Amino acid sequence: MNPRTFPLLATIAIFLVAYAICSAQYPTIFSTRVAGNLLTDNAYLGIVAVGMTLVILSGGIDLSVGSVIAFSGVFIAVMLRDSGLHPVVVFALLLMITTLFGAAMGGLIDILAMPPFIVTLAGMFLARGVAYMLTIDSVPIDHAVYDFLQGAYYLMPGKGRLTFIGVLMLLTVLAGMIVAHRTRFGASVFALGGGIATARLMGVKVRRTTVLIYAFSGFMSGLAGIVFSIYTGSGYPLAAVGTELTAIAAVVIGGTLLSGGAGYMFGTLVGVLTMGLIQTYIIFDGTLSSWWTKIVIGVLLLSFILLQKALVHLSTRRQGAV
Amino acid sequence: MLLTIRSLTKSFPGTKALDGVNFDLVAGEVHALLGENGAGKSTLIKCLTGAYRRDAGEIRLDGRAISPGSTSEAQDLGIGTVYQEVNLLANLTVAQNLTFGREPRRFGLVDGRAQKRAAEEMLQGYGLNIDVGRDLGSYSVAIQQIIAIARAVEVSGKVLILDEPTASLDAAEVAMLFDVVRRLRDRGLGIVFVSHFLDQVFALCDRLTVLRNGQHVVTERTDGLDRLALIHHMLGRELEAVETQGHAEGAGVQKPEMLRFDGMGRAGVIEPFDLKVRRGEVIGFAGLLGSGRTESAELLFGLRRARTGSARDTDGPLTIDTPQAAIAAGFGFAPEDRKTEGIVADLSIRENIILALQARRGWARRLPRAEQDRLAAQYIESLDIRTSDAEKPIGELSGGNQQKVVLARWLAMNPRFLILDEPTRGIDVGAHAEILKLIGRLTEDGMSVLIISSELDELVVAADRIIVVRDRRHVRELTGADLTADTILAAIAADDSPDESSGKNPVAIAAADAPKTAKEVR
Ligand SMILES: Nc1ncnc2c1ncn2[C@@H]1O[C@H](COP(=O)(O)OP(=O)(O)OP(=O)(O)O)[C@@H](O)[C@H]1O
Ligand SMILES: [Mg+2]
Repeated sequence: MNPRTFPLLATIAIFLVAYAICSAQYPTIFSTRVAGNLLTDNAYLGIVAVGMTLVILSGGIDLSVGSVIAFSGVFIAVMLRDSGLHPVVVFALLLMITTLFGAAMGGLIDILAMPPFIVTLAGMFLARGVAYMLTIDSVPIDHAVYDFLQGAYYLMPGKGRLTFIGVLMLLTVLAGMIVAHRTRFGASVFALGGGIATARLMGVKVRRTTVLIYAFSGFMSGLAGIVFSIYTGSGYPLAAVGTELTAIAAVVIGGTLLSGGAGYMFGTLVGVLTMGLIQTYIIFDGTLSSWWTKIVIGVLLLSFILLQKALVHLSTRRQGAV
Repeated sequence: MLLTIRSLTKSFPGTKALDGVNFDLVAGEVHALLGENGAGKSTLIKCLTGAYRRDAGEIRLDGRAISPGSTSEAQDLGIGTVYQEVNLLANLTVAQNLTFGREPRRFGLVDGRAQKRAAEEMLQGYGLNIDVGRDLGSYSVAIQQIIAIARAVEVSGKVLILDEPTASLDAAEVAMLFDVVRRLRDRGLGIVFVSHFLDQVFALCDRLTVLRNGQHVVTERTDGLDRLALIHHMLGRELEAVETQGHAEGAGVQKPEMLRFDGMGRAGVIEPFDLKVRRGEVIGFAGLLGSGRTESAELLFGLRRARTGSARDTDGPLTIDTPQAAIAAGFGFAPEDRKTEGIVADLSIRENIILALQARRGWARRLPRAEQDRLAAQYIESLDIRTSDAEKPIGELSGGNQQKVVLARWLAMNPRFLILDEPTRGIDVGAHAEILKLIGRLTEDGMSVLIISSELDELVVAADRIIVVRDRRHVRELTGADLTADTILAAIAADDSPDESSGKNPVAIAAADAPKTAKEVR
């Protein structure tokens, strides 16, 4: 078996075991109702994590995503309130803006040979700042289309609701899987993660690929922003603070190597669901404080990073060593 | 004329790497590009394939002026290249590496099954029987090299460029590569071949061009060219003969024993062996790639922990289970895979040279700057490292000069027992002689050296005693009059059938849990 798949398998195993334990304690967790909520509650996180996975696979990082989600919510809310444009038009505009924003960051990273950390950190402040410029209050969204999107769901057997945004998240993951694992662009992303100099000698168009990667992440942040606005029904410039870190955590728990070059898009979905499951458990328990979520996620994160270190170590050491 | 290069010029800050170089390549020829380390061979190639922007000059392919802005453009023009540095990605599968940029697609998506099939087809004729679905990084450097060649061959419709492709290949693999190259030549490709192995140049190439200090020296036909004349072209001076050391019967025996290893072994890696090391002695390990030469040395140095056996010196037993312990015991090890393991590209030559020494002293006790400068100057001088000054980042040196720096790092440690794995790989004829001389001087001062090498001539010149390793066993020890290339070759190739099964077994076991050894079972 390819050792590359170990982190993914570990992620899946951990998720299944955790689910089994949770269900044993609270049998209702094993229901379509909880499953549906898990998808709905984590829809925006899943979408933004898809973009983040691609960025991390390429050896980069995108710290701007949380701010972009907040900006998106505010932008939508303000536009719907003030301009009278149809939401679909606003969505299209927004996605264009966030995609271009991402592309610009990618361009800077490549042209100026700057670390992605710095460039996207600047992007993070910028997007949050612009959100504040639009409004400093929480702006409620009130539109028939929103009512429809919020109410749209498919009733699964067992009364679980498969909501629109939940399905959108699953579709996004599917699209991400195709982009990362089934396209030439995806191969270039992995190549960048394996080493820029080598990738260049192999014929990767480094600038184009870098721009596209961050544009992709920008698009996903915008989409996550839309989903978040549907989920919360409002736009608020202080929303989604720290989401970039949660997304990074989900990607790493999903088995993607933080230094790039190895990982699976599907793992990210499992990572997101694992984190959601922990939260659900804590809600079910009722006595546990919510910081337990953070502690468990911290422990999981640490163990995954250790697992990856061990695997990298094993695969670089020749066989038979130590 | 398939390819013509006229007055190609390329400068780096502080160096003129290419100075008005002309180069012609005819369809259906193998053309060697020769020169000392730092002569500008790799730079010429990179300018040609768009990896570097040239400052001036003209390149014509089939009479049409070309100016590839990136390596992918050059690939599209039909120029396939194996660069000197590793140019494949260890984190992708073999199939992905082979088909990269031209993956077979169905409905716009990469078709994984067709990709594997295409990769398997590409590898046909290279005698590799490997799983193309595995990560490239799980295979040995030699296999990776062959895969890089296969990829370049596939891309090259018109021109194939091989920059030191044979540096990590053994004799059989080189022969196979030559077959492939000759087939392509007969199909009408123009092939550029860079190597420091002059034998290979004479065996394979129709014409050759020599560069020196970034300038074109000569272009000639290889047949009828005298070897010494060629070396003269390359170095711009005569090569001083390396006097062979005294191989008189028992020359090493009088020297006092310094180290002794008993029954060192590890199942699946190398069968237990004994080794005595005398003071000031040069021991050679000969054998095919994957025979267990390198593994034996790694056991001695604690890079792999020995499962059996013990080490001792004159003062008593030594515990060598980690490289740190080995270094503390006065051992040194310059690894084979220096390209990827050895250099810290952004550090200067000086910093790279003192790296290991400083690590041994501990970072709190900094080596005085004057001492650092002295060491750097000393090794730049004695290994003939071509650089404008010691503060240049090592990444800006030519491939061969980088190797010399890594070698210098271990020499600077001044260990009592130094293991050199392929010390002269990628190093030009002139510097090659210098290094062998240096080893001679070091042993006179009492250092013991273990050389692992595929170049038998080199072993014969340098070693007092040669141990032949085959099928993960130490099979013979050659001394005195037996120290000739022919006897070594015979011992490597010998087939002692009674032991065959026991000799093969560990290989099979190792191969089962380790892809790296897949090549040996084929
Ligand atoms: N990226 C770079 N930056 C600065 N200088 C460079 C760079 N690459 C090469 N050089 C310099 O250009 C000169 C020619 O180097 P090049 O790599 O072409 O040599 P080479 O003939 O391939 O040698 P070798 O046999 O060691 O591979 C050297 O002096 C080297 O220091
Ligand atoms: Mg070179």
